[in-house]
Amino acid sequence: MTTFTRGFRGRRRGGDDRLPPGQYLTEDFPVLSAGPTPDVPPDRWEFAIHTETGQAHRWTWQELMALPYETPTVDIHCVTTWSKLDTTWQGVSLDVLFEDVETAAEYALVHSYGGYTTNLPLEDLLDGKAWIAYRYEGEELAPVHGGPARLLVPHLYFWKSAKWVRGIRLLTEDWPGFWETAGYHNYGDPWREQRYADD
Amino acid sequence: MSADYLDGNALAGPLAEIFATDVSAAVGRCASCGLTGPVASLRVYSRAPGLVARCPGCEEVVLRLVRSPDAAWLDLRGAVCLRIPLGGP
Repeated sequence: MTTFTRGFRGRRRGGDDRLPPGQYLTEDFPVLSAGPTPDVPPDRWEFAIHTETGQAHRWTWQELMALPYETPTVDIHCVTTWSKLDTTWQGVSLDVLFEDVETAAEYALVHSYGGYTTNLPLEDLLDGKAWIAYRYEGEELAPVHGGPARLLVPHLYFWKSAKWVRGIRLLTEDWPGFWETAGYHNYGDPWREQRYADD
Repeated sequence: MSADYLDGNALAGPLAEIFATDVSAAVGRCASCGLTGPVASLRVYSRAPGLVARCPGCEEVVLRLVRSPDAAWLDLRGAVCLRIPLGGP
């Protein structure tokens, strides 16, 4: 006789305990943008890390594609209160890009094609917490979602995950970015609901 | 495809909370390219964490407005000056 035992199936966490305070779940992927979508063909795409001493580390699209990639599945949280669970991406970990970068800087200012900027502590980009992502849900990343490549820093509100990412400037002093100079929180931790500058 | 921005009249309501007059009728000069025109002619990107109004000539940011539950942040550094029409005598 075959006995069926109820296996321990590792309860898939429902939405509630994965939703930061003040957020609601969405199934679609809203498009938010502070300006027109830049047209960045991969053959003209370049990504650069500039250190505080003036050194530049550059990658072409082909060079980025040749680097080892990861396929993170992450929850994302937009400051406009939507959250989306289990989004799947493909991209290069910032740990790979920073391998040969020598820096004593503590701050990063991320900049994008189209002029957008956002700031965060350098440590929030390292140790498996951030990627340059170029595929979403198995497809090339659409331009409206930041294609050809965007920053992905899912543990902070999604405005930190700069679309159309072009480079990172390492700084010894913090320099607030586009939304951080217009009333939004300098750090933006969704679990502490750091939406606005005075939160 | 629908435009991903609205015209500057979309600023009238949100700015009415801050200014005593209708600023969408004010005429400003883009700090980037010098184009002069009414606030109503700006391109307003509203599907964003705030309102971002860009110059129709050079697409640089002229005005930004962020509203939290208890405050507003207004950035006008992309506008050289606004001529705000007021009632005459």
